[in-house]
Amino acid sequence: MSPASTPAPGAPAAAVTRAEYCVIACAEAWRDNGEVLASPMGPIPSIGARLAKRTFSPDLLLTDGEAMLVGLDGTPEGWLPYRQHLTMVTGGRRHVMMGASQLDRFGNQNISCVGDWSRPTRQLLGVRGAPVNTLNNPTSYWVPRHSPRVFVERVDMVCGVGYDRAAAAGPSATRFHRIPRVVSDLGVFDFATPDHSMRLASVHPGVTVEQVREATGFGLSVPDEVPRTREPTPGELRLIREVIDPGGARDREVRS
Amino acid sequence: MSDKTMTIDEVVSRLHSGMTLGIGGWGSRRKPMALVRALLRTRITDLTVVSYGGPDVGLLAAAGRIRRLVTAFTTLDSIPLEPHYRAARERGAFELTEVDEAMFMWGLHAAANRLPFLPVRAGLGSDVMRVNPGLRTVTSPYADASSGVREELVAMPALRLDAALVHMNRADRLGNGQYLGPDPYFDDLFCEAADAAYVSCERVVDTAELTKEAAPQTLLLKRSSVTGVVETPNGAHFTSCAPDHGRDEPFQKLYATTPYAEFAARFLAGDEQAYQSAVRAWHKEQR
Repeated sequence: MSPASTPAPGAPAAAVTRAEYCVIACAEAWRDNGEVLASPMGPIPSIGARLAKRTFSPDLLLTDGEAMLVGLDGTPEGWLPYRQHLTMVTGGRRHVMMGASQLDRFGNQNISCVGDWSRPTRQLLGVRGAPVNTLNNPTSYWVPRHSPRVFVERVDMVCGVGYDRAAAAGPSATRFHRIPRVVSDLGVFDFATPDHSMRLASVHPGVTVEQVREATGFGLSVPDEVPRTREPTPGELRLIREVIDPGGARDREVRS
Repeated sequence: MSDKTMTIDEVVSRLHSGMTLGIGGWGSRRKPMALVRALLRTRITDLTVVSYGGPDVGLLAAAGRIRRLVTAFTTLDSIPLEPHYRAARERGAFELTEVDEAMFMWGLHAAANRLPFLPVRAGLGSDVMRVNPGLRTVTSPYADASSGVREELVAMPALRLDAALVHMNRADRLGNGQYLGPDPYFDDLFCEAADAAYVSCERVVDTAELTKEAAPQTLLLKRSSVTGVVETPNGAHFTSCAPDHGRDEPFQKLYATTPYAEFAARFLAGDEQAYQSAVRAWHKEQR
């Protein structure tokens, strides 16, 4: 264990790292969600979901990454093979945080391929469950490296459906569509604007609004006063550093 | 009652070029890899492959056997992007029908239930509709009680299969198939959606043995939807087949980092037995 994770009694705790602000920002996505499945994809969202369950959202359900629903200590409490997982999605009792190779100002997301779909310059995963997720249960996004290559004017392939495309597709598409938040290594974003375009909701401490603008490939809605992402409580810091992620997986995904 | 056991070569002798072939499992999990390898030893090509894609798709794509692929993704799980699939796509090697994971499942359900389509919300608003110009929507005859809206949904067409290949932990000689791991995936649907279904398994056992220790709900495949049974120990290798064997991660890494021709020359030149001993020899070298 690194010295930072176990300060000597009475010593001041090590400064909060960028990765830890990201964990807090991801955890907040599941606040007040009640008894739903938290589906985090990637290390920092996974740490965030576990932190939320250990603190302010104890009723969340989690999986072992395969077919079992498990408690925080790994005790199986239910069975969730893929086909039932899909019912969890379409039934809406789930909040997923997906990755995004590209994301645009209305929240359209791409994980399929870069370039022309018929002959891509870079083949990625494929649409996976992004279409079913976005139309059925709250879908948030996590971007570990905020850059104009990810935050683009137009995504090459709409996998996760954004607000403009859902609206154009009609009431069946908008009925359960919601993108609560986007978290990146620079800040937190939402779509709380009149036209549902992306808005800077908070910057992580140490990040400037200008930095965020420069790293974003489209015109971001920026309020006059941009709050900072909240500080973790001492209890949350202890949970992250000593209980949930003592190995420091978070620091390998986002460096300070 | 008929004995459906056959050899791996008898299975592939019943397949032919141009077929629509469903492949069970999921990503790099419980894939009928021995059957895929047997397919690679034939000249069968021009296939329409329907799969939650993993190395099954990667191998067939690398060998140039796919004319059209129907899928929602192709992944090796622990290695997110399937390198051979990726390369094949980037050189425009085959046509792709890219649908969402749930649309794919409803397509199999429709086929298994002999329905032309099933309505599904997924797909609306996404580019799945753009890249599949043949996809149509269907309007509900019923108005929503509160909004008065008659919902318009995607009409996912049935994914009817000429043949299905799946891998089970156990099966009896009659075609009753059993999975013992945590997830059935969609293998029963693949079999029910197909005109003929071939089941490879880790071990063929007496019918009575199937439920001696395992619960009845592990009996995933009914013999009425199974055409042939073949015993292929370690037959899902290098994908996972819990609890019989986990994924062979070092070997999967080798597969993902070796040019296909080189990989094929060392591991796919002979029969299944030759493959299994080449894998053992490779592991011995790594120690």
